[in-house]
Amino acid sequence: MFKYLKQLTSLVAMVAVLFTFTTETMAAKKSKTLKNTQKKGFVRCGVSQGLPGFSNADAAGNWTGIDVDVCRAVAAAVLGDANKVKFTPLSAKERFTALTSGEIDILSRNTTWTLSRDADIGLTFVGVNFYDGQGFMVRKSSGITSTSQFKDGISACTNIGTTTELNMRDFFNSKGIKYEPVAFEKADEVVAAYDAGRCDTYTTDKSGLAAQRTKMSNPDEHIVLPETVSKEPLGPVVRQGDSVWEDIVRWSLNTMIEAEEYGITSANADMMKTSDNPAIKRLVGAEGEMGAAFGLDNEWNLRIIKQVGNYGESYKRNIADTGILPDRGPNELWTKGGILYVPPSR
Amino acid sequence: MNFKLKDIGPQLLTVIAVVLVFGFFTYNAQVNMENRGIDFGYGFLSQESSFDVQFSLIEYDGSHSYFRAYLVGLLNTILVSVIGIFIATILGVIVGIARLSPNYLINKFAAFYVEFFRNIPLLLQIFFWYFAALRALPLPQDAEAMFGIAFLTIKGLYVPAFIWQNFNIFFYSIVAAIIAIIVIRYQAKKLQETEGRQTPVLLISIGLILILPLISFLIGGVRLSFEVPVLKQLATTSFIYEGGVSLPPELIALALSLSLYTATFIAECVRAGIQGIGKGQKEAAASIGLTPNQVLKLVVMPQALRIIIPPTTNQYLNLTKNSSLAAAIAYPDLVLVFAGTALMQTGKAIEIVSITMFTYLSLSIVISLFMNWYNNKIAIQEK
Repeated sequence: MFKYLKQLTSLVAMVAVLFTFTTETMAAKKSKTLKNTQKKGFVRCGVSQGLPGFSNADAAGNWTGIDVDVCRAVAAAVLGDANKVKFTPLSAKERFTALTSGEIDILSRNTTWTLSRDADIGLTFVGVNFYDGQGFMVRKSSGITSTSQFKDGISACTNIGTTTELNMRDFFNSKGIKYEPVAFEKADEVVAAYDAGRCDTYTTDKSGLAAQRTKMSNPDEHIVLPETVSKEPLGPVVRQGDSVWEDIVRWSLNTMIEAEEYGITSANADMMKTSDNPAIKRLVGAEGEMGAAFGLDNEWNLRIIKQVGNYGESYKRNIADTGILPDRGPNELWTKGGILYVPPSR
Repeated sequence: MNFKLKDIGPQLLTVIAVVLVFGFFTYNAQVNMENRGIDFGYGFLSQESSFDVQFSLIEYDGSHSYFRAYLVGLLNTILVSVIGIFIATILGVIVGIARLSPNYLINKFAAFYVEFFRNIPLLLQIFFWYFAALRALPLPQDAEAMFGIAFLTIKGLYVPAFIWQNFNIFFYSIVAAIIAIIVIRYQAKKLQETEGRQTPVLLISIGLILILPLISFLIGGVRLSFEVPVLKQLATTSFIYEGGVSLPPELIALALSLSLYTATFIAECVRAGIQGIGKGQKEAAASIGLTPNQVLKLVVMPQALRIIIPPTTNQYLNLTKNSSLAAAIAYPDLVLVFAGTALMQTGKAIEIVSITMFTYLSLSIVISLFMNWYNNKIAIQEK
């Protein structure tokens, strides 16, 4: 028996070496995630379980929102059709496991970019599509107009598995206020409990508060307090270890933001091909070889702008026109007083 | 010893299959975690957790470790399971006996209760008690006092806290009473076996358990006072109660739904046990002059328990495992605190889920070991 063992070992080793070699050369040419996506014919995208303005499904099952638009942009770039996306609704708790285990390829689910998430758990953040901050919502009738009026014994409803839970502790500790955290697994249950009067305040990202307020039995009875207690840069996330895929998602987002900067919209994108500005021509695939490095054709960015629109269009359609946050605040272009600033496509 | 291949062959194959399957999953997890840059290790347990928990039996806040957070969740799981098992057992026995009652109304009411509660999914019942029943509760400022001292509000049940003086003397008096009762019972049994005389054990026991603690109050210097919750205003329309003990509505809703649900199954076990005793046993017992109460206590129940205990053990295990549905209504049990928040904050999915699974497994094994011991104790002793 033992005399075959040596031969067997060397055979296994040979197969292993061969296998490693082939996969490595293929990965160099093309991203594994990209290859799988093109084979399947759709982009697998993880979204929220329903947050108006960011990712929300209507009665017919059509997803809309600025987080949804990031996935649609990637689908337009790599598959040529912004509708070829399979959305997977995920709770805050499930989202990272779904991504690292390979169930989805992009997590675009109002997720805060932090050091520990980026470095520790096998994730890579590709950019920021919404600059947010944590806030508090209270009932108007309580007479509270500022977080400085919070007192010992206040109960705060929130979600588990979020940075909110940590910021909340930092905030109340720094003010020396004793509080009762009531943490639910799903956002809908947080809203229901707060709405029933279980909690004095509801805390999450301010955009989330504005969006969830529309779900309350009487939205006018509630106000969002002016203070912002944390930085919450929200953005899409990909698995660590596939840098080509990471670049595709990053530059799909950047394309949308830069297109707004240069005034390219879904309506005028085709006409911009004959623009005098080379920066604009690069953004609509009329100059340079901007897709080759990703293994894509040259008009990948034109398709994003034509099918999904630029960032401003996406914001207006999903967040401003729905009455969630009509004022863009920090999410305005750097040229217009905001902090949206992306590296140039060249 | 001389092993034959056909004897050990199948066993050997089984062992190899088990090792291969586990080996494959371990290897697969290892390779994939390495590819994605995820570290494996339990070192995070000693790190600062930096999140707070609503309700804890031990001292805990975000400056404690993840391990402490694990203990908080575990104790909360045990708390709700113990409360649930206690109420479910009492309710289950009452309803089970009621279903055999000759009284039509009691009988049908018990049957309706069992059919209604065991046929609705537990998660729905939890949602019902938490969201539907909770909404109907008053805000703290509108709450009517129960007996002038307790308040049931949307933010929880506020009851007075006991403030003891010389609590240890009171405690010893109860321990002394219990020891005395055990001795008296033993003597009474001996007396009956040797001389056939009966002692009113129950009366003496009740007397002892009341009188000894009373004496501790009269001459032992034990004092008990109550701290009644008082309303405190946080903002114009926002109030809470301060002082006393507050039970979160999440705990109440979860314990209530778990016990109401599991009690239906226990009731059926009890009914099956009692009906499993032959009619002849009861008739024979009655014919030697035992009263109906004595028939139930001395003849039917000791035999019925042997039928009741094993399936009831299953129900206890189910209740403990079902308590993990707590996450849906924000009761900070093991799943919500540890497999929820801690998992999210650390990203250590494999480690945390494995610890959680192992913990539930251990809890279940402890319960079933205890119930097996009890079952053996009451089994018919062959003499």
